[in-house]
Amino acid sequence: MEKGTDIRPSGNYFRAVSAVAWKDLAAELRSRELLSSMLVFSLLVILIFYFALELDVKAREKITAGALWVTFAFAGTLGLNRSMAVEKDRGCLDGLLLAPVDRSAIYFGKAISNLAFMLIVEVIVLPVYSVLYNVNLFNFGLIGVILLGSLGYISVGTLLSTMSVQTRTRDVLLPILLFPVIVPVLVAAVKASSGFLQNLEMSEIMAWVNLLIVYDIIFTAIAFMVFDYVVEE
Amino acid sequence: MSSQPRALQVLNILSVVLLLAAYALVFGFAPIEKVMGIVQKVFYFHVATAWVGMLGFIAAAITGVIYLRTQNLKWDIITVSAVEISLVFFFITIVLGSTWARPSWGTWWTWEPRLTTAAILEMIYLAYMLLRQGIDDPERRARFGAVYTLIGGISVPVTFVSIRLFRTIHPVVIGSGGGETMGLTRPMLGIMFFSIAVFSVIFITLFWHRIRLGQLADHVEQLKLKITH
Amino acid sequence: MIEVKKLVKRFGMKIVLRGLDFHVEPGEFVALLGPNGAGKTTFLRILASLSRPNLGEVRISGYRLPNQSAEVRQRLGVVSHMPLLYPDLSAEENLQFYGRMYNVSQLDARVTEVLNLVGLTQRRRDLVRTFSRGMQQRLAIGRAVLHDPDVMLFDEPYTGLDQDASEMLDDVLKNVAARGRTVVMTSHDLARAEELATRFDVLSRGTITASTSRAGLGSGNLLNFYKQALAG
Repeated sequence: MEKGTDIRPSGNYFRAVSAVAWKDLAAELRSRELLSSMLVFSLLVILIFYFALELDVKAREKITAGALWVTFAFAGTLGLNRSMAVEKDRGCLDGLLLAPVDRSAIYFGKAISNLAFMLIVEVIVLPVYSVLYNVNLFNFGLIGVILLGSLGYISVGTLLSTMSVQTRTRDVLLPILLFPVIVPVLVAAVKASSGFLQNLEMSEIMAWVNLLIVYDIIFTAIAFMVFDYVVEE
Repeated sequence: MSSQPRALQVLNILSVVLLLAAYALVFGFAPIEKVMGIVQKVFYFHVATAWVGMLGFIAAAITGVIYLRTQNLKWDIITVSAVEISLVFFFITIVLGSTWARPSWGTWWTWEPRLTTAAILEMIYLAYMLLRQGIDDPERRARFGAVYTLIGGISVPVTFVSIRLFRTIHPVVIGSGGGETMGLTRPMLGIMFFSIAVFSVIFITLFWHRIRLGQLADHVEQLKLKITH
Repeated sequence: MIEVKKLVKRFGMKIVLRGLDFHVEPGEFVALLGPNGAGKTTFLRILASLSRPNLGEVRISGYRLPNQSAEVRQRLGVVSHMPLLYPDLSAEENLQFYGRMYNVSQLDARVTEVLNLVGLTQRRRDLVRTFSRGMQQRLAIGRAVLHDPDVMLFDEPYTGLDQDASEMLDDVLKNVAARGRTVVMTSHDLARAEELATRFDVLSRGTITASTSRAGLGSGNLLNFYKQALAG
């Protein structure tokens, strides 16, 4: 039996990365559990902002960027938690680790699917926010900032959620671990976003965009280097 | 293992004596600052405790990396010790900073880069403690802890830069930088450096004690296992 | 095929495996028996390259752990009491995913073949979350043999199965997973172990305390052997 199943030497790194990302997206397309809970939660947060902050026309201009990023940050932890819990609950994390691929391929695969989920939520939340508060959010600069900010958020978040899901207190731990170390991302993203929304000079925004880029590079590299330590025994 | 080593006993006494000397110098000898008055004396301890917090922070990040390289649990004890000391001293720094800020700037808390970074660092350390509490296997606890101190160790400087870009009203203590420089006279500077030296000795003493405590706890654990077998 | 020398594994201060020696010839089916907490699962996780030993030497198919773990993983199939499957993917998609992780060539044909072997061809497009426990476990075996490994590790494969499902699983384990391969299995179920294995090792207090072949044992004596091994 089992003829014609010669196995080529492994090392096909990108195939593994895309396989991990693909199965997350395929499963999510089926169940839509993660996306729908992230979305409903985001919309609720936006509604709550209206009552909590009395977002009148004047306040909106200043607060929009902050409100958006708070929404993304909170919804993001829901998604990250869920995405890693799926791996842990049925032992799938072991299944991934048994495969003859470098551990960092698993990290990048998960990071790609997590980033995709986050961007999908953001793409839906932006126009809704735009309509509800009558603010024009269609701005290429803003979209760029959202990409960079989400990338930084996910690069650290994927690493930390892999840790938190392996602890006893996993349901509550992720935001506690994540938020203090992503302060730079949030500060820079909020500042850059509101800069673009208020049509400030590029020279005033560039510092924040650069900070985001530096953060993304540093933390993707660090996560890549230490991911082994959070999955191996 | 039972009794404290000679050098540690000497350090105990030295720490107490030096701390008393620092008090005497600050309250008996240091001139009263013209603008801020008596409250400025808090500054000598504020800077020194912040210094100790920084030492602990740097030690934790470095020993965390060493643990990941060596996988030797003794480095984990050292990392936890550094984090705990840093946690306490940054807390003292923040409290002292607040008592100083109240009369100087008219507010208990300012969102000033160094103060805010210290507060975020406290949050990172508390998260670190919670992370450790949630893990039973000592090796995994050590590994995850080391990874988190590393992430924290790199994010904190970036946080500082980002908040600095945000705003700043902290006085620049030394150097010719722009900012509002405090009127520090020579004796004041001298006492500040003395105070920093004193707290460095205290840091070493506490660090040593805390590491010993960790080793003793391990030893107890070992003895317990022996009994049950 | 499997060579373990003086293996030591500690969790903090607690020593789980203390100088364990273990040796499996190609084609052997070894049942690893022992009480709870004896270190069976820990030992199997080390063989599976999921856990690192503190001391000692582990060789599988001539490759050393943990340094050559990629080579070992390529030759290893693991079935545990957890299915290691994604509930929101179909049976076929699960196998396709793992096939890509193992870089299996002619994947579509291989997936069809494996689904046929474990008797799930009819349900290939159904989501795994709709499967019964027994079907999930059969698919888990399909997943484990997908890349045609030389060595199989079974960790309590019967956990949570009823009598019928266990019998079905027996069949698949014997004819699909174990045929032509080297197998190490941990189990509480002495009767099932007796039926499948060619050798019985007892793991107790961190070492192998007794070992016998099926021929040396005679039928129906496993329980006695096991009790004696634990008492001694």
